[in-house]
Amino acid sequence: MKHYLLAVQFDYSAPTLPDDEIQTVYGDVERVNEELQKSGAWVFGGGLLGPDSATVVRAQGGNTTMTDGPYAEAKETIGGFWVIRAADLDEALAWAEKCSRACGGPIEVRPFDDETDAAEA
Amino acid sequence: MDLESVYRAEYGRCVATLVRLLGDISLAEEAVQDAFAVALDKWDEPPPNPGAWIVTTARNRAIDRLRRESTREARHAQALLLHQTDEHGTDELREVGPVRDDQLRLIFTCCHPALAALAQTALTLRLLGGLEVPEIARAYLVPEATVAQRIVRAKKKIRDAGIPYRVPGADELPARLGPVLTVLYLIFNEGYTSTAGDLVRTDLCLEAVRLARELAGLMPDEPEVLGLLALLLLAEARRPARVGPGGELITLGEQDRSLWNRQLIGEGHDLVRRCLRRNRPGPYQIQAAINAVHTDGPATDWSQVLALYDQLLALSPNPVVALNRAVAVAEVHGPAMALATLEGVELPGYHLLPATRADLLARLGRAAEARAEYDAAIALTGNDAERAFLLGRRDRL
Repeated sequence: MKHYLLAVQFDYSAPTLPDDEIQTVYGDVERVNEELQKSGAWVFGGGLLGPDSATVVRAQGGNTTMTDGPYAEAKETIGGFWVIRAADLDEALAWAEKCSRACGGPIEVRPFDDETDAAEA
Repeated sequence: MDLESVYRAEYGRCVATLVRLLGDISLAEEAVQDAFAVALDKWDEPPPNPGAWIVTTARNRAIDRLRRESTREARHAQALLLHQTDEHGTDELREVGPVRDDQLRLIFTCCHPALAALAQTALTLRLLGGLEVPEIARAYLVPEATVAQRIVRAKKKIRDAGIPYRVPGADELPARLGPVLTVLYLIFNEGYTSTAGDLVRTDLCLEAVRLARELAGLMPDEPEVLGLLALLLLAEARRPARVGPGGELITLGEQDRSLWNRQLIGEGHDLVRRCLRRNRPGPYQIQAAINAVHTDGPATDWSQVLALYDQLLALSPNPVVALNRAVAVAEVHGPAMALATLEGVELPGYHLLPATRADLLARLGRAAEARAEYDAAIALTGNDAERAFLLGRRDRL
């Protein structure tokens, strides 16, 4: 089994959806989450607050600095994510398709480093 | 049969089987290359089943090599090999042969939609066709370093991201077969009218036909696979007549039909009939049918061709189809009507659009406009024979 990160690409500069549409998205995402949990693919997942809530911490040498805001200003940034278990990329892509349909945005699929998997297995 | 033809025929099959045995593409390539090096040394004459000899030798060499190495890939491959010997309770020296399904698995891996288009093509030619990096680079007009880098990166992504080595299930197949057919079609096309220099690159045409034949043998119930094979065979059959003694392009209407390969045409027509019986038409089957009409009898029946283009345009409405359909419209309804159908068609950078417009304008006696379109087409083509052809047409206005 491999682990994959499914990261939701989200455009925080776009106008927010009307409430009823947001409720539909929540409902759809909840259904995908249940399906992931039932199938055993679920590891973790959740939605994130916007980049204006972010703080970047840098510990270098003896110094630690903190800055307000995200690491990089970008139009699209991570809006939420899932970590899933899958046999191969095709399985992960099939979940990503469901997740993308539910949350209405593109999903970036990234495999975790193999060695981490080996250590756990 | 010499070693060269054994290599052409068996390289892809052997690599595909070794990928299954070792679970790693690079290890599989090394093992097969090792085995061919041994063959070069040992064979006076290839053995009766050269593929089985290569696979067995490659596997045994791989076992030796893996015992000496301790990388992660080597450990994984060794475990996989041990598992297989345990499972079948067989001695590792027992002879094994290439398995045909392995090739199918590998082509779906190479043409996986998670890989970029150039990487799909380069990997397919490298792993299944056994072409060397410089050959691929020449064919696609990209620096060798670029091709090498794309192949390395694609192999790494296959391993890291876990792109599977299997034939997609029935529900995924329609979506996954598309890129495979596209890759084979593009390989043939690049050979048929190469982007630069000489008109034809025979090696790419032959490789595409060989791979399409393999695919049709592996998936005989997929009508679009048969359609693609028929299309390639019918185009390949006309190749000897497409280029004149000076390397110049000869159009379909002016070709010496006695130079066409009758055997390939017969085979292509049989496949088109098989597709018609199945009645599950698709873009490749319709293009094959169009080529069947072109190669049937002493002259093309253009009204049939036009009817097929109408069907093709309805199925895949894109500007290239619209352009090809215009040529048929001109034959059936005249150049004025054809020119009207090209109104609003845009294909930036594609020389055949202005070339077709130029020809239609010339036939309508609008020489000045035709000249401007020829100039545009000449500026866009990189193929020497095509440029010479267009220059000739322009100067005859």
